Order: sequence, then structure tokens, then C-alpha cells
Amino acid sequence: MINTAEMFRMFLPHRGDAIVIPGRGGRHWVEITDNEKLDATLGDPAMGGHSGFGLGIALAQPNKKVYLFDSDGDIHMSMGMLTTIAEQAPKNLYHFMLDNEIYATTGGQPVPNAKVVDYAAIAKAAGYPKACSYTELKDLEKDLPDILNSDGPIFVHMKVLPEVQNEAIGTRKPWNPRARTKVITDVRGELTK
Amino acid sequence: MAEQADVLSPETVYQKFKEHGVTHVIWLPDSETNWLHTLLESDPELTMVGVGREGNAAAIASGLYAGGAKPVILIQNTGLMESGDSIRGWLKSLKIPVALIVGYRGYTRHGATKDTAATYTEPFLNAFRIDYYLVESDRDADRISGVFELAEKQMGPAVALIADEFHGFNR
Repeated sequence: MINTAEMFRMFLPHRGDAIVIPGRGGRHWVEITDNEKLDATLGDPAMGGHSGFGLGIALAQPNKKVYLFDSDGDIHMSMGMLTTIAEQAPKNLYHFMLDNEIYATTGGQPVPNAKVVDYAAIAKAAGYPKACSYTELKDLEKDLPDILNSDGPIFVHMKVLPEVQNEAIGTRKPWNPRARTKVITDVRGELTK
Repeated sequence: MAEQADVLSPETVYQKFKEHGVTHVIWLPDSETNWLHTLLESDPELTMVGVGREGNAAAIASGLYAGGAKPVILIQNTGLMESGDSIRGWLKSLKIPVALIVGYRGYTRHGATKDTAATYTEPFLNAFRIDYYLVESDRDADRISGVFELAEKQMGPAVALIADEFHGFNR
């Protein structure tokens, strides 16, 4: 099992000038990032949308790499997006997936058939040219340079340790120093200047 | 001599897309827009992004806007209602200015409305506080411009309800 914060720290030196969409891992990424202006730290505007947002920004900025960190619950909700991404085939989109097998932000209830689903196989069957799966950080670390030097779209599934949140939403400490609308304004401003 | 039908031609909608600088059309087929799809697909300057579920269109449009592009969403009213939480979370909350061109399935100007897709369309838009114009024929073309302008002014989604189910697009 991979620790999400450790994975982000390992990933950072490979970031370059890419756009990062950290998805539900955003609360770790905001403390690790080296370029906030290109971070789409949106948290969860509406569940299931990270892959669509990642595709959109990748299509709008074909010369910029986009590193998207999606989640299992989101993938379940929008599994059809895999076919849309595969059809559009953006060479600059790297679709990572954090699979903790649960709905962590609602108390840890299981994602349907979580221990059985082969997400990399689903991505491959949907038409991704390349899909792989990792359970150990050291294996991902070894392969990451090759992954990021290949053309996308690539799907990279990771089994990650669950980090359950069980407090009422209103009592949780906000992790994002920027409002979501500010994030959109910052990213768009940086990409269109 | 029969009077020529007062229709909304696909060319009119296409021309409005060009006039407003649309770069990407996110779409799922509906019963009213087949000829428009064909026309749009023939333009190499437009990227067509097909989705399997209309709710995905809102997130894709948000990413396109964040990346500096100009998306439009082309769906049916049934899909609009399916997209409720995505419209709320992505388009409304993030203040994404995007025009939605929505086929108004079941719309009838005269007589009783028998299709619940039509029955609930305008109440849905009102509940989500989304402004909209009804577009019935080429004479309403300026209303399509009005929808693009509304979206920019309000920094959010605005809707053109395309009420031309039985002719025009499906000629």
C-alpha cells in the first residue's frame, strides 16, 4: 500500500512545469507543491468530475503536461469518462488513480467490489494505449520517469492507504488556502498570459 | 401554395458558435440535433468531445475554460436534468461561463404537453437559477448570442432551449 503524501513527495521532482490536478489528495499536495499557480486544487466540486476536468484542461493546453490524480469513488461515478478520454487520446494527459477501496471522506464505507475491480484492465479495455498498476511506492518510483516520458493518455493505478475522515463536514479544517474560484482564475491566468 | 416552415436551421446555430469563438463542443446526441452534429463535425477548427453521460460535460467544460478554451455544451433536456449536481458543483460554484444548447424534447407551443421531459425542464432551470432563452426558429438567432452574453456576464451557465423537435435539425 502506498502513502499518498509520500507518493506526492516522490513525484514532486518530476513535476516540471506541468499542470497538477491533485483531486482528493489535494490536502497533501498543497503542503508539498512548488508551483501553486499551476495547481488545480479544487477538492471535490461534484463527485466524479476530476477526469473530465483533467481531459478539458489537457485538450485546451496540448503542449502542457497534465498530471491528474483521480480516485476510486470518482472513477466509479464516471467510468464512461475513460472511453471519452481514450477517444480524445490527449498525449499530454497522465491519469493517476488513488485507490483506497473506500469512501474516505464519508467515514470509510466500501466502494463497490473494491477489492476485486481491476481498474488498469478497465482503462485498457476502454482504449487507453497504456495502463499499469502499483501497490508499492518503490516500484512506481522506478518506473515513473519512463511513464512521464511516454505519450499519454496513460492510466496509472495505485493502491493507497485509506485516510478516513469521520468528522461532520462543517467541523473539518479547510485545507485549501485558496477559494476554488481563485484556483480557476489563477490557473487560467497562468495558462493564458 | 404551402407556406415555408418557420424553422431553426443547423447553419444558424453553427454560425453563432463561430461568431462567439467556440473551440470545443461537448455533446451527447439527442433527437433534435443530428444535422447540427454533422455540420459541426465537418469543421476542422472545432473539437467535438463526445460523452456517455451528460453530467460529465460540466467538468470537461470547466477544464477547457481553465485552460483558456471556449467550450459549449450540446445536450438534450433529459441530460440537463441528469447533470444537476455537476452543473451545481462545477459550473455554478466555480463560476464557469458556458452556454448550454439544450434540445427541448417534448416542447409544444400549442396543446397539452405530454412528455414529462418538457414538463420539468423549465422548473429545473428555475430551481437552479439558470437563465435561459427559448429558441424556436431562425428568427430567434439573436437569442443564441444572448445566451453566450448572459454566461459571460453572469460568470456561469446559461441555456438556449431549442424548441424545434420535428423539423429543422431533423429535416
